[in-house]
Amino acid sequence: MSTTAALTRGGRAEAWAGRAFVAPALLLIAVFFLFPVLAGFLLSLTDFDLYGVADPSAVRVVGAANYAALLRSSVFWRAFANTLVFVVVGGPLTVGAALGTAVLVSARATRLRGLFRTLLFAPVVATLVAVAVVWRYLYHPRFGFLNELLGLVGIEPVNWLGEPKTAMLAIILLAVWKNFGFSMVIFVAALQAIPEHLYEAARIDGANAWQQFRRITVPLLGPTFLFVGVTTAIGYFQLFSEPYVLTSGTGGPLDATLSVVLHMYKEGFRWWNIGYAASVAFVLFAVILVFTLLQLRLRPRGER
Amino acid sequence: MVAGGCAGGGSDAVQLWGLGREGEEVARLLPPLANVPGVAAPKVQQIPWTAAHEKLLTAFVGRSTPDLAQVGNTWVPELVALGAIEPLDAYVAASRVVSSADHFPGVWDTNVLDGHVWGIPWYVDTRVLFYRSDLLAEVGFDRAPRTWAEWRDAMRRLKERGGPDRYAIILPTDEWPQPVILGMGRGAELVRDGQWGAFRDPRFRAGFDFYLGLFRDGLAPVLGSAQIASLYQQFADGTFAMIITGPWNVGEMRRRLPASFQDRWATAPMPAPTGEPPGVSLAGGASLVIFRNSTRKAEAWRIVEALSEPAAQVRFYALTGDLPAHTAAWRDPNLAGDDKLAAFFTQLGNVRSTPKIPEWEQIATKVFENVQRAVYGGAGLDDTLATLDADVDRILAKRRFILARRTAAP
Repeated sequence: MSTTAALTRGGRAEAWAGRAFVAPALLLIAVFFLFPVLAGFLLSLTDFDLYGVADPSAVRVVGAANYAALLRSSVFWRAFANTLVFVVVGGPLTVGAALGTAVLVSARATRLRGLFRTLLFAPVVATLVAVAVVWRYLYHPRFGFLNELLGLVGIEPVNWLGEPKTAMLAIILLAVWKNFGFSMVIFVAALQAIPEHLYEAARIDGANAWQQFRRITVPLLGPTFLFVGVTTAIGYFQLFSEPYVLTSGTGGPLDATLSVVLHMYKEGFRWWNIGYAASVAFVLFAVILVFTLLQLRLRPRGER
Repeated sequence: MVAGGCAGGGSDAVQLWGLGREGEEVARLLPPLANVPGVAAPKVQQIPWTAAHEKLLTAFVGRSTPDLAQVGNTWVPELVALGAIEPLDAYVAASRVVSSADHFPGVWDTNVLDGHVWGIPWYVDTRVLFYRSDLLAEVGFDRAPRTWAEWRDAMRRLKERGGPDRYAIILPTDEWPQPVILGMGRGAELVRDGQWGAFRDPRFRAGFDFYLGLFRDGLAPVLGSAQIASLYQQFADGTFAMIITGPWNVGEMRRRLPASFQDRWATAPMPAPTGEPPGVSLAGGASLVIFRNSTRKAEAWRIVEALSEPAAQVRFYALTGDLPAHTAAWRDPNLAGDDKLAAFFTQLGNVRSTPKIPEWEQIATKVFENVQRAVYGGAGLDDTLATLDADVDRILAKRRFILARRTAAP
């Protein structure tokens, strides 16, 4: 009896020690995450703006009015549609490019694999601002390299960033190029974890390269797909830097590259409509949450 | 700059925030101050233009504003609304250096709100017509057009002579000053009582129709500023014969284009709707403001005075190319003898402030958003202006509440 009592006492002491160990982390999360989130939410229920900065008594609690205004705002929906296009087109392109390059740089036949991996990963490490300056030149309507290439096959020059129809495509191309390297590295690691004997057995059974890829590589990469898909989608929903840098912070032309976060930034820090901007943030949070839950639900049954 | 910073590095020195290039050069103007008894040279902090607006507001929230700062004169209403800056009426009244009589009235007026003076113009800025005098001569104009009718006629002839790849004028579709300047041409006030959009006003409508007509009739290409490959090259090769732009481009044209080209372009005040030029243009530039929290306001004011002296203004022009706010400085041969600057001096006699409300910048973006709807999306003139007014009314909703509360309070 006394031993169990001692054990329980020991367990309790241990539990307290455990709590003491996590307490600093929890405290930090509370101070730097939970509290700002709560404050942000309360802010989204007010019309806090420049006049509120000057005189707090000018701040009115407006309840859900910011949210109602936001849902009626054509600019918000424009930004939302742009962001969705970016996620739905850019996401799969990024994951596809990452998988393709991962398979290529992992293939035995490939020479200088380390070099290629490094080169393909380089854009991830490069500073976006510097990269964007270079891409602005690539996209230049008159002197741009891209139009030069198109000219070789007889296509008229395209005004990539100036034309509302092509501006988002230009942003997507840049983002895919900039981001796929990160997912590629994850795919490379996952590919290495697939036992070689599976491929050997498949070859003995007469499977060709495509069949091996389709029946062994893809299914075994399932969990990695999920991870890469979810993180890419979450990242892409928060699209901001690329259009900010390429369009000098406007999201133009004609709001064609205005993303939800850029819209929030402009409302909050350019016009000081802080309350409204906070409500944009919470709507974006809800959208990402729903989208992630959907993705988790849509994954194949066997992996659940 | 280092010398200026260090010489006045004591904790008693006036803190001065200068923006961009002006912030770099201001220290060079100030060492003579060290000789003025009772005035320590200020401690200058240079802030990039792009970050300045945000930094001023965060400094206000964090109660760390400087004593003195250079601000775009369109920011003054915002700083007044915040209660961040000090009215300067008493200082001006007692000053032997600073007087509204020495300033361009339109520019001085940008700093006057609620009957008080809040900032002293430091340098001025406005837009005029830059044009290819040689091309205009080819179509029968030996001088710049003076009225809107003449101007349109000249543009039509330029286009006819130039053919499909050449345009009479360039009006970037993502810039609001051009439609606003033309809209104000007939005297429109843009915002009524500082509370309601007034873009449907027939006076604005007339100017805006003139503006849109230039696109409709193919006299101006439908291009955003990002799509203009090289403004200077294309001005030189005749792709467009006219630009409505500001003094900074006088320097750029001289720097970027060969000397042989320099007598083939000229500047002129904005044509007037009818009668004599100058037509209306914008009162731009930067002002010096003193912050309410400052404990060294008298010293800060002495620096404002030192920078306002005509001699300092001339020197400032030599260092930066910024046009002097003090009219006496314009008598200096470097300014008076410059044929490209004469148009600016004339123009500054008829400049107007954009509505002096903190929301103006936000309204300005609505202007070009609606311009784009009209130019790209084919929205009709009246529909565009109605949407614009609705947008503006929405932006000003909070302001109406504040104003109503202010009048309700005793």
